[in-house]
Amino acid sequence: MGMKAALINSSRLKSPWLVHFDCGSCNGCDIEILACLTPVYDVERFGILNVGNPKHADILIVSGTVNHRNKRVLKNVYDQMPDPKVVVAIGVCGCTGGIFRDCYNVLGGVDKVIPVDVYVPGCPPKPEAIIEGVVLALKKLEEKGKKVDEGIVNNLNELKNLRENKNENTL
Amino acid sequence: MNTGTLLIIIATIILAPIIGGLLAGIDRKVTAWLQGRFGPPIVQPFYDVMKLFGKTRMVVNTWQVFCAYIYLFSAILSLILLVIKSDLLLILFVMSIGAVFLVMGALAAQSPYSQIGSQRELLQMLAYEPLIILVFVGIYLVTGSFKVNSILNYGKPLLLSLPLLFIVLTLVLTIKLRKSPFDISTSHHAHQEIVKGILTEYAGPYLAIVEVAHWYEIILILGIVALFWATNWIGAAILLVLTYFFELIIDNVMARMTWRWMLKYVMTVGLILSVVNIIWLYLM
Repeated sequence: MGMKAALINSSRLKSPWLVHFDCGSCNGCDIEILACLTPVYDVERFGILNVGNPKHADILIVSGTVNHRNKRVLKNVYDQMPDPKVVVAIGVCGCTGGIFRDCYNVLGGVDKVIPVDVYVPGCPPKPEAIIEGVVLALKKLEEKGKKVDEGIVNNLNELKNLRENKNENTL
Repeated sequence: MNTGTLLIIIATIILAPIIGGLLAGIDRKVTAWLQGRFGPPIVQPFYDVMKLFGKTRMVVNTWQVFCAYIYLFSAILSLILLVIKSDLLLILFVMSIGAVFLVMGALAAQSPYSQIGSQRELLQMLAYEPLIILVFVGIYLVTGSFKVNSILNYGKPLLLSLPLLFIVLTLVLTIKLRKSPFDISTSHHAHQEIVKGILTEYAGPYLAIVEVAHWYEIILILGIVALFWATNWIGAAILLVLTYFFELIIDNVMARMTWRWMLKYVMTVGLILSVVNIIWLYLM
């Protein structure tokens, strides 16, 4: 690994930018996520910014269940993020669908639509748990970053995306 | 061009982004302190840019890539023109070309956020460019030339004869630094405005290029601020530190305003201050 690659790799861990997507959550988890940004927890100490633009983000934080209306939006937000990217599912709804899992309109957890790297259960999880989830996601981000540097990730993912989009259109 | 000038140009190209990045880091740290937070490390902007260079390239169209590079190139060129003591008007025109290309790159994407952001950026340019030309006119009336060289040879600090135009220049600085209340086209830190305004569609390495170009521009405007106390280094340094700290305070105590307010405020207050200062120069 050259010096430039090492520098980029260490920078990735020190500057994770988040995009937060509320996928039909009750706002309990969302308030806990925003609590991480307040002076009490101050995640900007670690370079974490809540950027609100998927094109600038490294980590997608999703709270709430996925339903038939917003699965395309979630997929779209995920697809707009450049690699390397990781997904953190926040709350029991985001992880599995929670108490809403059997509803007629609910697909289930976030992993029904996009690949999830870290699950943070809780109803709602504490800000400490969310920060730990993001720290775990950083380890995944480092692994994925190395793959991006080697340039092998895209072809497989693109093929997979194409196949999934085809299925979705036929639904 | 002799070897000395060449060395100065190379030093500028290398040192300006380093100083600009550190300034952005200090900005974030001081802002965090003012908000009762601990804040990121001072070298955080370098981590951000390095990380962005490591992302995969995701572009809407190739025109955007071209525009990002032209923005960087014109920011570097205008700073070089300043350090080789060229013409102030030429510096402004080269800087404007970069700003226009940034807008064109954002307009090339069919995204409403970047479209609105670039319209707002054009309004910001409409607000600050007349003012900066008036500042240069004031400098011309005092020193008799638009050349940076003649300011350095003038002998007295410009601030003493152009105090109101200096306030106008801080208005321009606030707009260029994208600070509140003028952070309407895009903003710094974790602030969001119509997603990220003009920068919404610039992603990965191209966002990094725009960010580095922005550091060059900050250094350029601060260089013009330093010209107001060009007689000695200590005076210039004190003026720069005070001005920059003042900008940070303004950023933290002001709310974001609308573009209508910006145009009204900048066009009235800025023009009145400039005209009063220029009339005063005539009467002296």
